[in-house]
Amino acid sequence: MAKGIWIFAEQREGQVKKVAFELLSEGRKIADQLGEELAAVLVGKDVAGLVEALGEYGADKVYLVEADALENYTTDGYTKVVADLVKQYEPSALLLGCTVTGRDLAAGLAQRLETGLMTDCTSMELADGQLVFTRPVYAGKAFVKASCPDARPAMATIRPNTFAPVAGAKTPEVVKVTPDTGDIRQVVKDIVRQISTRPELTEADIIVSGGRGMKAPENFKALEELSDVLGAAVGASRAAVDAGWISHSFQVGQTGKTVSPVLYIACGISGAIQHLAGMSSAKCIVAINKDEEANIFKVADYGIVGDIFEVVPVLTEELKKIMA
Amino acid sequence: MKILVCMKQTFDTEAKIAFDGDGKIDNKGVTMIMNPYDEYAVEEALRIKESGEGEVTVICAGGPKAQDALRQALAMGADKAVLLETGEVDMDEYATAIVLAKAIGELEYDVILGGFRAIDDGSAQVMSRVAEVLNVPVVNVITKLEIAGDKAVATREIEGGSEVVEVALPAVFTAQKGLNEPRYPSMKGIMKAKKKPMDKKSVSDLGVEVAPKVKAISFSLPEPRQAGKVVPGEPAEAARELARLLREEAKVI
Amino acid sequence: MEFKLNEEQEMIRKTVRDFAEKEIAPKAGPMDEAEEYDYSLWGQMAEMGLTGIPFSEDYEGAGMDNLSYAIGVEELSRVCASSGVLISAHTSLCSWPIYNFGTEEQKQQFLVPLASGEKIGAMGLTEPAAGSDAGATKTTAVPDGEEYVLNGSKIFITNGYVADIYVIIAATDKSKKHKGLSAFIVEKGTPGFTFGKKEHKMGIRASATYELVFENCRIPKANLLGDEGMGFKVIMMTLDGGRIGIASQALGIAQGAYEEALKYSKIREQFGKPINSNQGIQWMLADMATRIEAARLLVYQAAYLKDSKQPYSKEAAMAKLYASECAMWVTTKAVQIFGGYGYTREYPVERMMRDAKITEIYEGTSEVMRMVVAANILK
Repeated sequence: MAKGIWIFAEQREGQVKKVAFELLSEGRKIADQLGEELAAVLVGKDVAGLVEALGEYGADKVYLVEADALENYTTDGYTKVVADLVKQYEPSALLLGCTVTGRDLAAGLAQRLETGLMTDCTSMELADGQLVFTRPVYAGKAFVKASCPDARPAMATIRPNTFAPVAGAKTPEVVKVTPDTGDIRQVVKDIVRQISTRPELTEADIIVSGGRGMKAPENFKALEELSDVLGAAVGASRAAVDAGWISHSFQVGQTGKTVSPVLYIACGISGAIQHLAGMSSAKCIVAINKDEEANIFKVADYGIVGDIFEVVPVLTEELKKIMA
Repeated sequence: MKILVCMKQTFDTEAKIAFDGDGKIDNKGVTMIMNPYDEYAVEEALRIKESGEGEVTVICAGGPKAQDALRQALAMGADKAVLLETGEVDMDEYATAIVLAKAIGELEYDVILGGFRAIDDGSAQVMSRVAEVLNVPVVNVITKLEIAGDKAVATREIEGGSEVVEVALPAVFTAQKGLNEPRYPSMKGIMKAKKKPMDKKSVSDLGVEVAPKVKAISFSLPEPRQAGKVVPGEPAEAARELARLLREEAKVI
Repeated sequence: MEFKLNEEQEMIRKTVRDFAEKEIAPKAGPMDEAEEYDYSLWGQMAEMGLTGIPFSEDYEGAGMDNLSYAIGVEELSRVCASSGVLISAHTSLCSWPIYNFGTEEQKQQFLVPLASGEKIGAMGLTEPAAGSDAGATKTTAVPDGEEYVLNGSKIFITNGYVADIYVIIAATDKSKKHKGLSAFIVEKGTPGFTFGKKEHKMGIRASATYELVFENCRIPKANLLGDEGMGFKVIMMTLDGGRIGIASQALGIAQGAYEEALKYSKIREQFGKPINSNQGIQWMLADMATRIEAARLLVYQAAYLKDSKQPYSKEAAMAKLYASECAMWVTTKAVQIFGGYGYTREYPVERMMRDAKITEIYEGTSEVMRMVVAANILK
């Protein structure tokens, strides 16, 4: 019988993604309730140094899968080694972060394992021994509770920032795997990283977002200054993206990214239903808008009716003092 | 070059979500549209065809209304449409992939395109699963695609940047916004669309057994957020007060 | 009787609505403010085939029916009345008479580039002293060898200056009054054909309205549309069709204003509740919706009659009369529902109300429409 809660410990350039720790922390609780072990699958090249950190967040065991061909993520390479491992050890559940990589890997993997996969889940609980996941549909306008009752492992990708990472020091047992990476058909020719000191939009604790009210691309500078003070990511509404002021990778909403930060500061964003769908699970929402009728105020915890170009600079200065 | 596009009909992004008597999402009176990400896929297929020669076939698994989305693709310039009628069968991503892959297996293909996700369930799974069943490589979330002979070079979005990936054809690619600017159907295209072939097949015609792996238990609406407080005062004064509230009251900074 | 659009008609509505909302709507306000149309939109409309909807594919048209055309103009006008009249004047007033009265050579030379959108069309009929009374036309066309020589001026010409091809009405025999009128095709750039002042208008401000001036303007005899003396017939038949276009424009304006008002009535709160919970507002909305639906049925009926080759002069006049008065009424109520905000340029209903007024005036005033209807029912 399938046993064990597994989490995919996504790493990039020798850094474990924060979401992996979040999954371990919540996975720990589930594993304890089921009396099963919690294992992390760590795939890459020269990543053994990351094992300790996985233990710190509660992993009983780490499957360490190292090979030169696994240095960079490829769909084929990663799918093959993780699928082989799952087939050998038969865990009952496999959780991944809902990141670009997690999503890419999970889908093909689930098909190869002939199992079900629930995407972008925002909660996880045990009911009658089954893992039940809640996930948003229609970009958060509704939620569905679902499970994968028969096939194993039950798979899910979990939205970053859903669970709090809790340290629970363990010294994990390391299972070294010599993988057969198979025939990797995707040949990575080049990787271009945008140099940014800001956190990833989907993982950020704080997001400062701008909309149509920004009026011009150069005005995003004010938001960048505010976000630098807060260590925040910069986001945008579709209106700002469509106007060509900022690239689509910053778009929050139904046809952009769905985010769950602790604090979301919406500047000059009217609050179209499509935008709200992408950010209304934020813990605290601040809206700054000239139009007192703007929809965004209906969901905001704090609102300022006023000109963003007057409010934001003062807010930045004030926060600089507070954060110092 | 044979190009296939898998597409889906979804609720309009403006749609409000309500439940029917069985507690499931009600689609009555909802405007249906072609999944926006699939529009990029259709456009890319047409551009590949127009840059050389080829044939574009659009495929959709769904109910009879899904024909509207297929017709839109035909009006944009696709050559043929295939509607896989799933009827009342309970489908999940696994089952949909099996059905699509079976239908695709009966066709010739060099390039298979689809949106990287649908805006309704947002699961971003089906195309990868189809690739897996067909045993062809997949490149997800692409913003650029160049076909040269029997190879393709795609630029895909990754966190914090992009990646250039080369694959041999046939292969599956999923479209992200930014790949292209989809055209509107032309009036002539609308008139031509009704004369183009629309092949309809039921799941039983395909001879596949579909049994979903994921079971939906219940649907719910998000807790409505309550409007909070408007911080009063002149802009500068309000900004200072907001900073204080964020630290002392909300404790989020 | 079947009140149902066919698949193509549904699709043209969806397609044009989608295009209009995404591409035109964001520019409608700024274009009105600047009194300048953004003709990159024309390029997009040409690419989509909106510049030749009701003409056969042999002439680069879309091969659609007049009902589809009406729906197209309605959907453009729903977000931008200036776009609606740009297409309507181009199609109904210039391309259509060439399509209907032109020789094969004229169609190849003029209709093909008009329908494909390579060129823009306009019609010159109105003069300072000849508005509703076309028989008073003072512009003359005198034959001289292989040419006609045009002299005179035309005012309030929609698409003036921006159009490349003009259908011009001139008197070839003044003594015969309206029976002495003839129609000509005149190209921009012809020596002796210049433009006078640009009108600054209350509404449809992005639509170009110019004075046309002819001073010894020589045009080839081959540019006579129909026969000499057929001008009045060209005018009457063209305006019958044009009225369907303007009625569609009025319908679109009304629909757009109604939707704005409906949306606003749900979000605007007064006395702690949305304003649409007041019966006073509800009744206004109910009346708006009812009148719009009545207008729509009249407009579609006129287009249907034209498509099925039945007489439609009376129905087109009824449709234009009712739809334009409906547009004026609905937009006025929409501004009322918006209250003070509705009177400002922050919201589009102010523009829509200004745009609505012209539909009661051009291509036959409401009074002329009543004359046409009366003449039809009393004969």
